[in-house]
Amino acid sequence: MTVLATPDKTGSGFPLGFDTILDPSPLQYLDEHGALSGVLRDDAPELAPDRLLATWRAMVVGRRFDVQATTMVRQGRLAVYPSSYGQEACEIGAMLALRPTDWFFPTYRDCVSMVTRGIDPVEALTLLRGDWHCGYDPQRWRTAPQCTPLATQAPHAAGLAHAARLAGDDTVALAFCGDGGTSEGDFHEALNFAAVYQAPAIFFVQNNQYAISVPLAKQTHAAALAHKAVGYGMAGVRVDGNDVIAVQHVVGEAAARARAGGGPTLIEAVTYRMQAHTNADDASRYRNDSEVEYWKPRDPLARLEAYLKACGLLTDAVVAEADQAAEALADDLRTRLGEEPEVDHRDLFRHVYARPTPQLLEQAAGLQAELDAAELDAEAGR
Amino acid sequence: MTATLDAAGRAAQNTEISLAQAVNRALRDAMTADEKVVVFGEDVGVLGGVFRVTDGLTRDFGEQRCFDTPLAEAGIMGTAIGMAMYGYRPVVEMQFDAFSYPAFEQIASHLAKMRNRTRGALPLPVVVRVPYGGGIGGVEHHSDSSEGYFVATPGLHVVTPATVSDAYTMLRAAIESDDPVIFMEPKRLYWSKDVLSTTGPEIGRAAIRRQGTDATLIAYGPTVSTALETAEAARAEGYDLEVVDLRSIVPFDDETVCASVRKTGRAVVIHEAAGFGGTGAEIAARVSERCFHWLEAPVRRVTGFDIPYPPPKLERHHLPSVDRILDAVASLQWEDR
Ligand SMILES: Cc1ncc(C[n+]2csc(CCOP(=O)(O)OP(=O)(O)O)c2C)c(N)n1
Ligand SMILES: [Mg+2]
Repeated sequence: MTVLATPDKTGSGFPLGFDTILDPSPLQYLDEHGALSGVLRDDAPELAPDRLLATWRAMVVGRRFDVQATTMVRQGRLAVYPSSYGQEACEIGAMLALRPTDWFFPTYRDCVSMVTRGIDPVEALTLLRGDWHCGYDPQRWRTAPQCTPLATQAPHAAGLAHAARLAGDDTVALAFCGDGGTSEGDFHEALNFAAVYQAPAIFFVQNNQYAISVPLAKQTHAAALAHKAVGYGMAGVRVDGNDVIAVQHVVGEAAARARAGGGPTLIEAVTYRMQAHTNADDASRYRNDSEVEYWKPRDPLARLEAYLKACGLLTDAVVAEADQAAEALADDLRTRLGEEPEVDHRDLFRHVYARPTPQLLEQAAGLQAELDAAELDAEAGR
Repeated sequence: MTATLDAAGRAAQNTEISLAQAVNRALRDAMTADEKVVVFGEDVGVLGGVFRVTDGLTRDFGEQRCFDTPLAEAGIMGTAIGMAMYGYRPVVEMQFDAFSYPAFEQIASHLAKMRNRTRGALPLPVVVRVPYGGGIGGVEHHSDSSEGYFVATPGLHVVTPATVSDAYTMLRAAIESDDPVIFMEPKRLYWSKDVLSTTGPEIGRAAIRRQGTDATLIAYGPTVSTALETAEAARAEGYDLEVVDLRSIVPFDDETVCASVRKTGRAVVIHEAAGFGGTGAEIAARVSERCFHWLEAPVRRVTGFDIPYPPPKLERHHLPSVDRILDAVASLQWEDR
């Protein structure tokens, strides 16, 4: 068996990508009014009532998490919070299309995805609260630490996917990336490696139109980010990133293709960053309210709700249960983030190496002596 | 370290092999011992690497275990990290010292930090092999001593062999380590030959290559042989010099280095990289802090100049030479003798 296979263009390769890729209009199944476009067959798994309701519930809970985190950063309970309000179709749709055995590579903006995967919301916020870098166990959740150096997580996904394939597992690796991140060299190297190795990787770009203050037009001259897939000989697809049904569908197809040996996929999900870059940012310096107003009616949650209502699926009981779950999560966050986190200065030295070097042992002892002396001084002063 | 030789290796035990062959043998034995060990990089497959260090590995272990990558060092480093996250033990080759720079972000931001960021949940057992240093007549960008960048990055082990046996034992230990190791291979020594011994001190320990009483020469990698030559030459001038081969820069063996300097009372640190802000500055500072009362003279450094690596026709002026080291030794305040 050769590892470095070239794409098999005669086989199952690229059923989705190459047919649609040069049409820059995003794939959409559920329009902004909540009407189905009719492209999906009625028996598509994404349209099963249970699945629709589970998706909607995850979006309700995810949004509540985001709103609560935004509130708590204002109260000084988090160091910083990059909101994904309005991007829930991506954050949640992509997660629900993966298996628990698949790997996920999130960025700083993707706490909602992590919570959707099942990670404890407080552990998901550890980085942004500042009590450690990564608060959850990446192996348990098959979720890499949130990545802040832009696009540097993408080659990890390519490598992990390649490893899974070598091991004979059907694991898929999905990396999130922003529109701005697609300008980084690592993004391109990752796509190229994944395509050359035919690695089961999915590169999911949340094109929310901004990289902090810089709009997409200054980031790329390309008509669509998804077109970049062509240059790497891989499948690419542009999807309405506010249509959770379409997002689930394309991620599901990409994952199925990857598992079947069909190689990686680049997905560009067109969405919008409704909030400022983070709480520390002032978006009024670089964009007009009218732009935000344009996107408001395109909200991913409202759109799904409209559809579910029309189908008669959103009963009072269903709504009450979801609201209750969302409020319970918010309450829990309020309580647990309200407490001052416990930090241990000894952690500074613990996990730099498998065994601390003699130099680190010396430095740890030095800090300990300093703190002990300060404590004695404080006691004497009292 | 439990290093075993294959049958061919045992037969060859008493013949001399080159340092490049010792690295090759370490890779082979590690790949045989652990199927999770994979080797990849630019031209390491069919060609066997530009220095032939990976010669025959693809042939003997298959393309799944030793493979060529696209030309992209950040991609090599990043995919190695991803593979390590999935339980593999990648050994990647940076073709030349100065071509590892594109990988530096992956090394500094992820390779060095992942264990720490995840409180030990995601250790990264990755070895990055970097052929480094000058003296081979290479044109620009082919002779850098880039160890300082890695040494200044907490979370990495940085080691460099100066002997055939160390090339083998240290690489085996590096591959067995659960921490990332930057394995700096002195290009100039690739063709040096010796009989291979497959046991040696653990990573983190320096070795005394020559016993002496008057001053300590502290060297690593390519300058160890220069230091030994200097010690021989110094006998004629009446100096009995001790030579310490650091082997491992991180972790640093303060114990062995300080014991030597306390014994001799004088020290010269030698490396090819630029002196300013170089590894030698750290070593001189450590020795001064720890051995001040034993020192008869300030610690001296003999290093490359603070210049971009010069063209081949000028490199002999740049590299630490026997004469320059002898001059430094002579300046160590011997008046009281
Ligand atoms: C390598 C690197 N350069 C710069 C930054 C600073 N930075 C953080 S977020 C950001 C914008 C990223 O935009 P995008 O990729 O579109 O993601 P978004 O924030 O919109 O989700 C920048 C420039 C960084 N984190 N990493
Ligand atoms: Mg963006």
